[in-house]
Amino acid sequence: MILSVDELKFLYRNTKVLDDIAFSISEGEIVAILGPNGVGKTTLLKCLNRILVPKEGVVTVGGDPLGSLELMEVARRIGYVPQRVETGRLTGFDAVLLGRRPHIGWDITEKDLRIVDAAFKKFMIDHLRLHSIDEMSGGELQLIAIARAFVQEPRILLLDEPTSALDLKNQVEILDRIRNIVTEHQIAVVMTMHDLNTALRYADRFIFLKDHSIHTYGDRNVITADEIEAVYGVPVMIGELWGVPCVIPECLCNGNGNSKREDNQELSPMRKGRAYVRYT
Amino acid sequence: MHLADGELPQDYLGYTYRKVLFILGGIVVLFLLLIISISVGAVSIPPYEVFMTLIGQNLTDKWDRIIWNIRLPQALTAIAAGAGLSVAGVAMQSILRNPLASPFTLGISNAGAFGAAVAVIIFGTGRMTSTTAGAVVINNPYLTTIIAFAFCMLATMAILAIAKIKASSPEVVILAGVALSSLFTAGVMFLQYFADDTQLAAVVHWTFGDVGRAGWPEFFLMATITIAACIYFIANRWNYNAMDAGDETARGLGVNVERLRNAGMIVAALVTSVLVSFLGVIGFVGLVCPHMVRRVIGDEQRYLIPGSIVMGALLLLASDTVARLIVAPYVLPVAILTAFMGAPIFIYLLLRGYHR
Repeated sequence: MILSVDELKFLYRNTKVLDDIAFSISEGEIVAILGPNGVGKTTLLKCLNRILVPKEGVVTVGGDPLGSLELMEVARRIGYVPQRVETGRLTGFDAVLLGRRPHIGWDITEKDLRIVDAAFKKFMIDHLRLHSIDEMSGGELQLIAIARAFVQEPRILLLDEPTSALDLKNQVEILDRIRNIVTEHQIAVVMTMHDLNTALRYADRFIFLKDHSIHTYGDRNVITADEIEAVYGVPVMIGELWGVPCVIPECLCNGNGNSKREDNQELSPMRKGRAYVRYT
Repeated sequence: MHLADGELPQDYLGYTYRKVLFILGGIVVLFLLLIISISVGAVSIPPYEVFMTLIGQNLTDKWDRIIWNIRLPQALTAIAAGAGLSVAGVAMQSILRNPLASPFTLGISNAGAFGAAVAVIIFGTGRMTSTTAGAVVINNPYLTTIIAFAFCMLATMAILAIAKIKASSPEVVILAGVALSSLFTAGVMFLQYFADDTQLAAVVHWTFGDVGRAGWPEFFLMATITIAACIYFIANRWNYNAMDAGDETARGLGVNVERLRNAGMIVAALVTSVLVSFLGVIGFVGLVCPHMVRRVIGDEQRYLIPGSIVMGALLLLASDTVARLIVAPYVLPVAILTAFMGAPIFIYLLLRGYHR
């Protein structure tokens, strides 16, 4: 177990944002934090590396309570990629090299340069090395930001909505690469997400937040139509296409998207529990 | 992890060598300009003799006093002030996340001008005694400087207090700086309205920044503060890079952003206050020199900070040299020349776009 959270409570100006949060994560796992807008997904993520300091509760990283570690030590253990990355007139290599900050004394060493070089190859972004980051696309910039967090050599990577601003190809490419490095380097990834289908494909475990606390936490089996309706307030169907589970909101599946469906009664049993349809 | 198996990135290293060359080239030009700056003026001294005098091998005694007592302290003051204002500017642009930020964004220059006006008009430390240019006499320069410095510090503390209340939010700091500037400008106008002609002239003359005001003791004080500030900002170059990448990224990299912002503001304000209270207001250098360097070598702070230091020193020294020549035998205050010299270069760089 690399990260554990116990009885975490976070207040924002005396308003309760998170309460009684407890879960733990192991190496080599991708955990998705899910839930409606404004429920505190990003806040929870930021509490995990002390960008925000929780009011109560303990976050333990590799056996040490987060509060007992220096900020630089936290950064050596946990990498963080925010939703929004600022650009500037510097090259991709400069931007990724910045990820060595927690390891740098007065100046960079050959080792730092080699590690950054390896990260460019690993993420297959060698062509971006000397590109200015203010001329990069959203997908390229996101890869640079993830590579930057990766060269921190963290044991845990926190990603805030890593794919929300990206097109389909970039979503798949980025999550595939994350999956690879998780498997290869046995790091843990915690990411907030909106897209349930993407979460289902890439995450091993799921945290559903509702009303300031964890509604459900578990593996793929906890994702049921009832569960999703309870959290998001939208009736859905869960089906499977070519072996891939997919979540379809009910009001959209008849194509006109303007009302809750009432006619096709044969689809409604799928809302009950974990009924699957298989299209061939 | 197998990350250390990467290769040394020759392409990237070649790219960074070019930036280092730019900075080293700037230092060489600065040294040459120093010689030229000392050699020109009301009395011309051959550059070779300047050089020999500087290395202690003076050929004739007649230049000695001009060089050591007048020209050298003035030229070195220009270098120190240019470097100090420019490094404060580059830091403020990062700290406040705003390209228009400069050492004066916090309202420091107007606070200094107000302090000088208080000294001259209320405490009677200076008046203009004749109509010849350069004949404005500040009877008590130290008291004027001390009062100007006190008001610079007052403005700084007000800004820091506001920053503390609002958790160092850059927008709030900038707007508070604008408010304080207006407040002190109004204060200066209020005092000027009740001043007599000679006092008015002394106050206006004070605000024209001039590096010729400093002798050796003043230079050493300014140089010490400037060097300390340069070392501080260079030592924090990685933290400034992190802050440029966004506050949250910086925190994720282990950087305490609030503390970095406040410390950076204190250092920048201190160096600016010292320079303003000794020399008067020298605008433009702190705003534009960092941008000139950005246009050539980019935003990477490892190169941007040293590059800005060199560029600020170069621009102010060049301006001061031209200021002594342009209407000789009269000497213009350097502040008038900095914008004349810097603005065309800067507009050219803006139009040319980034160097690749």
